[in-house]
Amino acid sequence: MTTNPQIPNAEVLLSRLEQKLTPLIQPQTAIIGIHSGGAWIAERLLPLLQQAHPDCSLVFGTLDSSFYRDDYHQRGLHTETRPSQISFDVENRHIILLDDVFYTGRTIRAAMNELFDYGRPASITLAVLVDRGGRELPICPQVAAIQLELPFEQKLQLSRDDNNLLHFSLEANA
Amino acid sequence: MHNPQLTKEGKLQHLLTTEGLPRAILNQILDTAESFVGVAEREVKKVPLLRGKTVCNIFFENSTRTRTTFEIAAKRLSADVITLNVSTSSQSKGETILDTVNNLTAMHADMFVVRHAESGAAHFIARHVAPHIHVINAGDGRHAHPTQGLLDVFTIRRYKPDMHNLRVAIIGDVLHSRVARSEIHALTTLGVPEVRVIAPKTLLPQHVEKLGVQVYHDMNEGLKDVDVVMMLRLQNERMNGALLPSAQEYFKCYGLTPEKLALAKPDAIVMHPGPMNRGVEIDSVVADGGQSVILPQVTYGIAVRMAVMSILAGNSE
Amino acid sequence: MNIHIKQGRLVDPKHNIDAIQDVFVSEGKIAGTGHAPDGFVADQVIDATGLVVCPGLVDVAVRLREPGNEYKASLKSELRAAVAGGVTSLACQPDTDPVLDESGLVEMLKHRTKQQQLSNVYPLGALTLQLAGKQITEMNELTDAGCVGFTQSDNSITDTQVLWRAMQYAATFGFTVWLRPQEPYLARDGVAHDGEVATRLGLKTIPVAAETLALATILHIASETGAKVHICRLSSAEGVAMVKEAKQKGLEVTCDVSANHLHLTEHDIGFFDTNCHLRPPLRTQRDRDALRQALLNGTIDLVCSNHSPVDEDAKLMPFGEAEAGATGLELLLPLTLKWANELNIPLLDALTRITIAPATTLGIAQGHLGLNASADICIFDPQQYWKIEPANLLSQGKNTPFSGMELAGKVRYTLVNGQVVYSS
Repeated sequence: MTTNPQIPNAEVLLSRLEQKLTPLIQPQTAIIGIHSGGAWIAERLLPLLQQAHPDCSLVFGTLDSSFYRDDYHQRGLHTETRPSQISFDVENRHIILLDDVFYTGRTIRAAMNELFDYGRPASITLAVLVDRGGRELPICPQVAAIQLELPFEQKLQLSRDDNNLLHFSLEANA
Repeated sequence: MHNPQLTKEGKLQHLLTTEGLPRAILNQILDTAESFVGVAEREVKKVPLLRGKTVCNIFFENSTRTRTTFEIAAKRLSADVITLNVSTSSQSKGETILDTVNNLTAMHADMFVVRHAESGAAHFIARHVAPHIHVINAGDGRHAHPTQGLLDVFTIRRYKPDMHNLRVAIIGDVLHSRVARSEIHALTTLGVPEVRVIAPKTLLPQHVEKLGVQVYHDMNEGLKDVDVVMMLRLQNERMNGALLPSAQEYFKCYGLTPEKLALAKPDAIVMHPGPMNRGVEIDSVVADGGQSVILPQVTYGIAVRMAVMSILAGNSE
Repeated sequence: MNIHIKQGRLVDPKHNIDAIQDVFVSEGKIAGTGHAPDGFVADQVIDATGLVVCPGLVDVAVRLREPGNEYKASLKSELRAAVAGGVTSLACQPDTDPVLDESGLVEMLKHRTKQQQLSNVYPLGALTLQLAGKQITEMNELTDAGCVGFTQSDNSITDTQVLWRAMQYAATFGFTVWLRPQEPYLARDGVAHDGEVATRLGLKTIPVAAETLALATILHIASETGAKVHICRLSSAEGVAMVKEAKQKGLEVTCDVSANHLHLTEHDIGFFDTNCHLRPPLRTQRDRDALRQALLNGTIDLVCSNHSPVDEDAKLMPFGEAEAGATGLELLLPLTLKWANELNIPLLDALTRITIAPATTLGIAQGHLGLNASADICIFDPQQYWKIEPANLLSQGKNTPFSGMELAGKVRYTLVNGQVVYSS
């Protein structure tokens, strides 16, 4: 298999993201991944970040923002809706919100809306593997492992293999 | 024959009955309901899915419980909710069902939740509403009560996830029960290998075995080794007459007591769609006992109804 | 007025004729077949090449709805529908408002139907006052006014002694009693056969036993009292077997089936199709097959339309609340032909069941084209398919389970008393 030079290596980006996030961890930090790519990233980063800060006890959650999306009336409810799992009190937490690819900003808007239905966090930091540009809302990630310009027709899709390793692939945008 | 509750693309347009619903749609409803169970446990129990939509509960037959759970479900989805008890208003003035439905359509309702004493009423309404409107059957005569059937199946799945390895017994007035019919269709579609009905012959439809169930008349045989015991409500007016001699005799033969429950598997769960007649179909010791999941049923009822409403509303063009 | 019907295929079951023969009509009567009578000069010639010429159909079960239910149908609309269906004589039901239970009402009805100059109407009178099953009617007065028999329509007599007396009284004078066998308690509130479909759909049921129990009672009383009985709208295989046995025992009993029940079963209800809400209820395929065979072997003597026009609003309701009944006058011919085609029955034998057999049962002179018979004639194209649609029906009742279907057999001309009253 030849590697398309345009497709970033997700594992490389993951360690870059880890390096960028490590200094940001505080005692009250919670890591929340957006279903499904962000959740995989959060799962991988959690033990690493915890190791770097043995004094902080990090908590972990996942979000599925399907119920908050603004394109629900065009797309309907996704058939694979998963429950959000946030088993800790969001109130006054410093939240690191993780997603794989940052694009229009609408997913993040929906995720933040949902998050606020759980309580009032002290802060939210958005961290992504790829910031591909094209935002439609005044939202942008504080931390991105890489910035890329991608044509509209293309979609960067994250997948996870049997060894828990992450890969990006390019797909046509539906 | 085209299934009137599906769109041409095979998506759910109305929820009228669990009969003939593809397994994939049943699972989609149950999976989505899982997500809504999480929503109910949060500080803010609302999601904005149906914001700006109007859900209209039209109850041609009164039912406080069902109506309330649908209201809560719709409100948790941020919909505007109107409730009409038609039994007490327009029907007595000679307005037909269609008049009522057309009036509400003109008020730009998006979804109708309908209950009616006549079998087939929800199908009838679904056939005559404007194409953008979704109809949910909240009980029609003896025919169907799909959200109740689904919430019962949801409850079973939560406690007994392996549906392919289950024995379920449904006890009581199957003849008049829309709940039983909806449960039976949902369970058989989801692959439950053995569904039993236990009742005297007076409370069973003539060809109940055609629904894919095994028929028992004796609790001691029928309850043997079952995983799920579903009790049905016995309406007061059926207790004395030609169907049954008395509530006492019914309880003696078909009431669920700890002794009879002991015949089921030790980890069997006990269910009831409510409202219960304690001492008629179920002993309080059992209803409030460790194997009872009757209250979780009520909780899950809201999640299942939220799931149905959000899937339907999402299937609009 | 002389009419020459040319080159048609004359089918006259009574006289066992099925041949290409001309028919000559003069002064309202059949003046001859085959060869023109001496000196016959036609005022009108009807070219019937490729068409069937047969006696006008006789339908023993029609609801005209007038008086009292003109919003469902009127004499005018339904008699126009009758001739459009080739029906030139019909027996109408007494369950109007008021009920046909006194001679004045019958005279009025006869008078008003004559004025229409369409089909001949033969009323069946009420067997009991108000059809209430308590007091018997003045059967002699009613007969003199024009009634050809007595019936309870769909209202069963619950008091068996009243039934016994009514049949005794009718037997005294040789009147025929027309009864639809249905035990009222077992059928109470029922709207569908007590089978798989009603179990699935949660519909209230009418078991077969409701028919057989009532049938046993009626046949028993008929045998005891010597009353002439016509069994109306048989619906079950068990019922067929009982009638067969009674006939074998020599009981003077005749029997009919509705055209709907020759073709439909409980499964046609589908998802609560109110067009299939009929009385008696549609039963199983086994029952339907038994009815089809019984009509062939003579256990069932004749087919009727059971024409029951219902207004649109009365059908726009949930199944159980919707009114029972379907329009039928215009479908009697095509549905009978469909039965015959499916069972490979010759046309002559098929037409027997809607011409001479019902005429004989009613005791009227029509139903054949013998010399000097009343020139009531139906001319139809047996090959022409037409779509059953509300817009194509003249009856004010537009509901039928066959809506949307294409059926073969289209009436082209109908003559009553030697007058062309319908042509298409």
